[in-house]
Amino acid sequence: MAVSVLTENKEKFEEFKKVIEEYKGKEGPLMPILQKAQEIFGCLSLDVQNYIAEELNIPITDVYGVATFYAQFTLKPKGKYKIGVCLGTACYVKGSQKVLDKLQEILNIKVGDTTDDGKFTLEATRCLGACGLAPVMMINDHVYGRLKPEDVEGIIAKYRDE
Amino acid sequence: MELYRAHVLVCGGTGCTSSGSAGIIDKFNEELEKHNIKNEVKVVRTGCFGLCEVGPVVIVYPEGAFYSRIKVEDVPEIVEEHLVKGRIVKRLLYHDSVAEDQTIKSLDEVGFYKKQMRIAFRNCGVIDPENIEEYIAVDGYKALGKVLTEMTPEQVIETIKASGLRGRGGAGFPTGLKWEFTRKAPGDKKYVCCNADEGDPGAFMDRSILEGDPHSVIEAMAIAGYAVGADQGYIYVRAEYPIAVKRLTIAIAQAREYGLLGKDIFGTGFNFDIELRLGAGAFVCGEETALMASIEGRRGEPRPRPPFPAVKGVFSKPTLLNNVETYANIPPIILKGPEWFSSIGTERSKGTKVFALGGKINNTGLVEVPMGTTLREIVYDIGGGIPGGKKFKAAQTGGPSGGCIPAEHLDTPIDYESFIQVGSMMGSGGLIIMDEDTCMVDIARFFLDFTVSESCGKCPPCRIGTKRMLEILDRIVSGKGQEGDIEKLELLAKNIKASALCGLGQTAPNPVLSTIRYFRDEYEAHIREKRCPAGVCQALLRYVIVAELCKGCGLCARNCPVGAISGEPRKPYSIDPDKCIKCGVCMEKCRFNAIKKQ
Ligand SMILES: Cc1cc2nc3c(=O)[nH]c(=O)nc-3n(C[C@H](O)[C@H](O)[C@H](O)COP(=O)(O)O)c2cc1C
Ligand code: SF4
Ligand code: SF4
Ligand code: SF4
Ligand code: FES
Ligand code: FES
Repeated sequence: MAVSVLTENKEKFEEFKKVIEEYKGKEGPLMPILQKAQEIFGCLSLDVQNYIAEELNIPITDVYGVATFYAQFTLKPKGKYKIGVCLGTACYVKGSQKVLDKLQEILNIKVGDTTDDGKFTLEATRCLGACGLAPVMMINDHVYGRLKPEDVEGIIAKYRDE
Repeated sequence: MELYRAHVLVCGGTGCTSSGSAGIIDKFNEELEKHNIKNEVKVVRTGCFGLCEVGPVVIVYPEGAFYSRIKVEDVPEIVEEHLVKGRIVKRLLYHDSVAEDQTIKSLDEVGFYKKQMRIAFRNCGVIDPENIEEYIAVDGYKALGKVLTEMTPEQVIETIKASGLRGRGGAGFPTGLKWEFTRKAPGDKKYVCCNADEGDPGAFMDRSILEGDPHSVIEAMAIAGYAVGADQGYIYVRAEYPIAVKRLTIAIAQAREYGLLGKDIFGTGFNFDIELRLGAGAFVCGEETALMASIEGRRGEPRPRPPFPAVKGVFSKPTLLNNVETYANIPPIILKGPEWFSSIGTERSKGTKVFALGGKINNTGLVEVPMGTTLREIVYDIGGGIPGGKKFKAAQTGGPSGGCIPAEHLDTPIDYESFIQVGSMMGSGGLIIMDEDTCMVDIARFFLDFTVSESCGKCPPCRIGTKRMLEILDRIVSGKGQEGDIEKLELLAKNIKASALCGLGQTAPNPVLSTIRYFRDEYEAHIREKRCPAGVCQALLRYVIVAELCKGCGLCARNCPVGAISGEPRKPYSIDPDKCIKCGVCMEKCRFNAIKKQ
């Protein structure tokens, strides 16, 4: 088995322990703990889930059930750059599917996948609240609006070279 | 408080932040410093002004000059000309705010704002949402003070009932009645929750209220807590809304600091506090029982009702759940009285409704209109019509639970009942405009694809039934539709609506049913003629060369990746439909517009 993410990085582990302490006594602690865990470790690997189950004294199946129910939780690490193309109604009507198709072509991955070099993860999102700029995509925290499929290549190139 | 001779309001909503408003704020501060007028002019970062389309938006008061699509480079000119010399920079004003005689119109005269009326949205774009004092300065927390010191819980509930306010989350349940049920439910521990999971994939009203005026929701929840007898509140907000989460966090901390949340509020012995809970990307969690399961830290699966949340909600205790916009209406109702509120709107739908106007429309953004306003007024007077001289085809409301309203019903007044009558529903406020280039079968497929991937899978009618419907639609848009498919869709729809466990499944067929109702001919064209009238469905498209326009230059043939185009120089070329992979390259390349999609 690979090295546990828990022991791999001591600082992160310490930070995570504090999170558990903070929420342990509260009502309904599982969601916020999972959210923080993902923030700290990047994903919810099995040993992280196990640890949470032990600390909260609940079955691992409960933790796993919740971790796999919500789209935001991921059991596998994501790429360095998360690309989210908005497939909200306003963006869809303005052609965001074509932008997404173009990205799948350029990156040679399907929606939901990560490139082999671990650089990009491609996702489809819902309304980002920037319909005025539709069609819209986000790369990490940066929003690109009024997109045309032709624009995508250049934008990706910028990140590729980093 | 210091007095300023001018205020520069810069939009810090999501739309404008995306188009760079943060840099503009910094630049304003820098330039004001340079000109040494920082103590005369105040820069405020506000919430959304509604007209995100022309963002980043900057408004300068006292003149009310509305600057649009501002770039960082424009800032020095605005500071130098407008703020130092007092000359408005007309070149940068929003086009519709300059009248024909070159005078500047006030904001309420601009087409986009003229027919609007702001109640839920009253403070968005007016105050700094990260500063509680600005909220207090516009009568913030006055309603809470009034309720706690002058009214009994029963009086509060009577007031809300008399106002006629109905839930803005979609179903339109009378708010006062829900409060009363929760108050009367037995139990000493009760909760007040706010549904900020905004699930409609093309809508962002609630987000903008949380970003632009978070305290109004907090104040309303405290009022609700007093009315129903709860001391704890939860706001369940989408994690995909980072700015809203941040502003709510700040607002809750400030309210605690000012003694407006916590113990013994206003010295009345009333205790109330609020905690944030973040969603994690599941549309079904907008459904009330699923939302409560999620707050408890379980899988967000709906359960049968009754028992309703008012009796058995979060942690099995009586719980009041309302939508963000519903709450935002509460403080003004308390302060101005129920008669004022019920004087606005139609017979059965009172007050205003906020819509996220988007799609094929000139002014995309957020609009708040009195109930009873017609769709036509929203599309043409407020929205400025359809771009590119195209024809209006349909308005989609209610998101994945709603339907499409065609041109013949453009005069439908906005209210809960009329929307249902024309086969759609009010929904939470997504309003997407479609023009002749939108394929209605494709749109129905889009929504169904959404519900299929968001179905929680608990009950078979929804899990399997919607999937079957999607398969049929997939078949139709890819040119393999069969005679009888429309009837199959209708039958499946009927059964799913009747037997699904929660609202998601029960309403999932609506987009399909309403498009069949109004655009059956488009379905038939796809099925019988293998043709997409709007030219959207890739598989049904044919690229053809119009002989009369073709000059025979051969450029298209040289660029076709599969060699589907042939011909002789200077004679019309032609495309072999069996070889063509519909990449569209030829059409892009032709300089004579001789290639058409059909
Ligand atoms: C599938 C589904 C999704 C929903 N999504 C939302 C939502 O995003 N926001 C919301 O306020 N209500 C949503 N609702 C409605 C809620 O269940 C609930 O009726 C509403 O929040 C009650 O508040 P109100 O009475 O103030 O409208 C949804 C319902 C269903 C069935
Ligand atoms: S109708 Fe769909 S979303 Fe609702 S409980 Fe059934 S499977 Fe889940
Ligand atoms: S590029 Fe246009 S004009 Fe030239 S051969 Fe092709 S269709 Fe004809
Ligand atoms: S659409 Fe593409 S494949 Fe078809 S004829 Fe034109 S260039 Fe060739
Ligand atoms: S639909 Fe894409 S930002 Fe709203
Ligand atoms: S986000 Fe700036 S006007 Fe809407």
